[in-house]
Amino acid sequence: MTPSTPYDHLPEFDPTEPVKIDPLDRKNLLDRYYPDYRTDHKSTLMVGPNAGDIVPDEIAEILQSRSLLGKGRSNEIPAQPDIEVDLLIIGGGGAGMTAAIFAQESGARVLLATKLRVGDSNTVMAEGGIQVALGEDDSPVQHFKDAYRGGHFTGDPELLSVLVKEGPDIIGWLIRKGVLFDRDPTGNLSLRKGGGTTRHRLISAKDYTGLEIIRVLKEDLLNSGVTIWEFSPAVELLQGPEGSCAGAILRDVDNGSLKWVKAKSVLLATGGTGRLHIGSFATSNHFGATGDGLVMSYRLGARLVNMESFQYHPTGVIYPSEMAGMLITEAVRGAGARMFNAHGKRFVPELETRDVVAAAIIRECEEGRGVRTPSGHSGVYLDLTSIDRDMGEGTVARRFPNIVKLMGKHQVDCTVQPILVYPTLHYQNGGVSVDVSGHTSIPGLYVAGEVSGGVHGKNRLMGNSLLEVFVYGRRVGLIASQESSARKPFSWHEVSLGHVSRFEADLEKEFPGTPLSEAPVLFPDYRKHPDNTMA
Amino acid sequence: MFQYEAPEGARLIQVWINGKEWTVPEGLTLIQAMWYTGHEVIHGIGCLGGVCGACAAVYRMPGNFRLFNALACQTLVKEGMAFSLIASYPTQRAHYDIETLPDPKEGLFELYPESATCRNCNACTEVCPQGIDVRTSVWQAAFGDFKGVAESTMSCVMCGLCVSRCIAEMAPHEIALYARRAYGSRELPFPENLRHRIDAVHSGSFDRDLERLSHLSLEELKQECGVK
Repeated sequence: MTPSTPYDHLPEFDPTEPVKIDPLDRKNLLDRYYPDYRTDHKSTLMVGPNAGDIVPDEIAEILQSRSLLGKGRSNEIPAQPDIEVDLLIIGGGGAGMTAAIFAQESGARVLLATKLRVGDSNTVMAEGGIQVALGEDDSPVQHFKDAYRGGHFTGDPELLSVLVKEGPDIIGWLIRKGVLFDRDPTGNLSLRKGGGTTRHRLISAKDYTGLEIIRVLKEDLLNSGVTIWEFSPAVELLQGPEGSCAGAILRDVDNGSLKWVKAKSVLLATGGTGRLHIGSFATSNHFGATGDGLVMSYRLGARLVNMESFQYHPTGVIYPSEMAGMLITEAVRGAGARMFNAHGKRFVPELETRDVVAAAIIRECEEGRGVRTPSGHSGVYLDLTSIDRDMGEGTVARRFPNIVKLMGKHQVDCTVQPILVYPTLHYQNGGVSVDVSGHTSIPGLYVAGEVSGGVHGKNRLMGNSLLEVFVYGRRVGLIASQESSARKPFSWHEVSLGHVSRFEADLEKEFPGTPLSEAPVLFPDYRKHPDNTMA
Repeated sequence: MFQYEAPEGARLIQVWINGKEWTVPEGLTLIQAMWYTGHEVIHGIGCLGGVCGACAAVYRMPGNFRLFNALACQTLVKEGMAFSLIASYPTQRAHYDIETLPDPKEGLFELYPESATCRNCNACTEVCPQGIDVRTSVWQAAFGDFKGVAESTMSCVMCGLCVSRCIAEMAPHEIALYARRAYGSRELPFPENLRHRIDAVHSGSFDRDLERLSHLSLEELKQECGVK
C-alpha cells in the first residue's frame, strides 16, 4: 500500500483574487501570527550590552553562554601568535570573500578563516536575485524608499543610502568578472519584480544567482594570494588595549587545535542564525549558520540591534519532509504563482511583503485551513502552473530550472503539481550594530553581511541582502584594511581573554549555579541520540 | 528542537555507509541517514539545498554493476544502497585575470591545454548529478563556443564528480567556469542600462535627494516613503 500524500485529494483551485489587506488588518495579522511579534518563546537578556532586550529563547541561549575554551584559559595564551596579519576576515561567504579580494588588492596582509569551505554560505543559496535600481522609471532614491517602507520604517537611513547608491557599481564589478546575469533581447540586464517594491528591480542568473556569483568570486579569491584557512571557525575574539579587538582564536575542526591570530583589524562576516531553528522552524540556511559572530562580539561588548527580528520566508517546502525548509524563491510569486489553502481559496495577495505572507500562511494553518502532511505538519499550496498559463508553456522550466530539478528529485513535478509550503527561518534581520563604515562599538572590530544589523530594519525585501553583502563587503573590507595601517601598534602581551572572564563572571552573578550552554554553536547536531529519535 | 523526520510509518531498510551496514528508515536523504546512524558530517556538507556541491557521493545498488552518483543532501536512501561521500576531489586550477587576458579563446589552451584532448567517452555526462551534458560543454569550449558552454553548464555546482571519471584527466567544471567567465566578461557587451546608471551615480545625480532623505525626521521619512 502506498502511504497517503497531500497530493491524493487536491481541491479545485479557485482563481478569485484574494482580498486586499488594509493597514489595520496588516497590523493585526502580524501581531497575532508573525513569530517576531508573538510573546511566546521569548526571553529578556540579563547580561551584556543589550541587557533588557527581549529576544527569542534560542538567541538568549547563545548570547548568555559560556566559552567553548573552558575554564582556566587566561593562563594558556601562547608566547607568540600562530600568525599575525593586518586584517583577519572571519567567514567565507559573499561578504567575507568580497572584503578579502578588495583588501588584498589594497595591499593589506589578509587572512580569511571560514568554518567549512570558501563559499559555503547563505550567499551561494540565493536564488531569486539582487535589487539594483536600473529601470528608466527607477532610481536609487526610489530603491531607498521601497526598502525603508518594506522595513516598516525601522531601517537605518544612512546605511540604506549607501546600499542603494553603491549598488550599481558593485554589480558592474561582478559583471566585469564574468558573472552572467540574465539579459533582455537588447542586452540590458533583465529587471524583474520582487515583493514589496514599486519597480522592476531584480537582476538574476535564472534561479542560480548566488551560485553563479560565488563560483566566480571563489576562483578569484583562491587565486588572489589571500591566506585562506578552511574548516577553521573562530571560537573567541581576542581583546587588545583599551577594550579593542586584537584578533581571534580559531579552531581547526579536523584536529581540534587552536590557532591564535593577532590582527590589527578583524572583520566579522559570519552570516546568519537559521541553524539555531528559532521557534523550532525549519530553515533555508546553510549548515554553518549558527550565529557565531553574534556570540563572540557580544562577549567583547559589541552592541546588537533588532535581535528580536527574523525573516521567516513564506514559502519553504514542508512536504516531502526530507526537504523541510528548502526555499522556493519569491520570484515565482513575482512571475505569477498563486497560493491556495486546503479549501482551494487564495488567502493573501501573493506579492505582499514577506512577513505578511508568512503570517497569513501561519494563520491558515492554525485556523484549520492548512493541508496536513504525513509527518503531522501543515502547509498551503504554492501553485506554479498559473505561470505557464499566463506567460506561456515552458516558462517555469526556463526561469526556475533549479526548483524544477530539486522538486523533481523528490517526485514532485512543479510544472503540473503545486508545492506544499510553510514559512521557513530564512534571514536574521538584526545583528551587530554598525555605522556606514562597518564599525562596531568595539575599536578594531568590523562587521559586514548578515551578521550586521540595521540596514533592513525589521523586515528585509528580497534581493537587498545579496546587494548588501557585496556593497558592504567591498566597503568594509577596504575601510578595515586602511584603518589597520593607521592603528597604533600593540604587543602580543597586551592581548587577553579578559572580556571572556568578565562576561562569565557576570553570567555567574545573574544565573548562579545554573548550567549554561557553551557557544559558539559551530554546527547543528541532527544526529540520532538515545533521547532523540528521528523515525 | 527541530529535527528532520522520516515519514510516519516509514519502512526500515538496510544501507551500507562507507562500507558498513546500517538500518535506517526510508525517506531520508543520504546525509540524513548518516545523521540517523550517528555520523558527524563536516567534510561533505554545505548548503543542504543542492547548490553548493560539497556533498558529492557515489553509490551502488544490489545486483547492478553500475556506479551511480548523487548529491547526498538531495538523494534518498534505497534498500540495499551502498554509498560513500567524496567530499573533495583534487583539481588543478588555472591562475588568470579574466579582464586582462589577451585572447580568451587562445587562453583556454594555454591555461587548460588538456581541454583539447577529450576522447568522447561521455563518462563526465553520465556522472553529472545535475544532468549537464558535460562532454558537449568541453567540445563547445574547445571550439570557442563559450556562449554554448554558458547555456549548457549554468546549473554546475562544482562538485568535481566529472573530474573523478575523466579519462583525459581534465577538470571539465573548471573549463566551463573559465568559458562562462570569458563569455560574460569579454564577449557580452557591458549592459547599457547598468552603464547609464553607474554614470548617473558617479556624476552625483542622486546625492542631493539621498542626502535629504538621510536627514529627515522619522515622521517626515514615513510620509515620504509610506505611499507605494
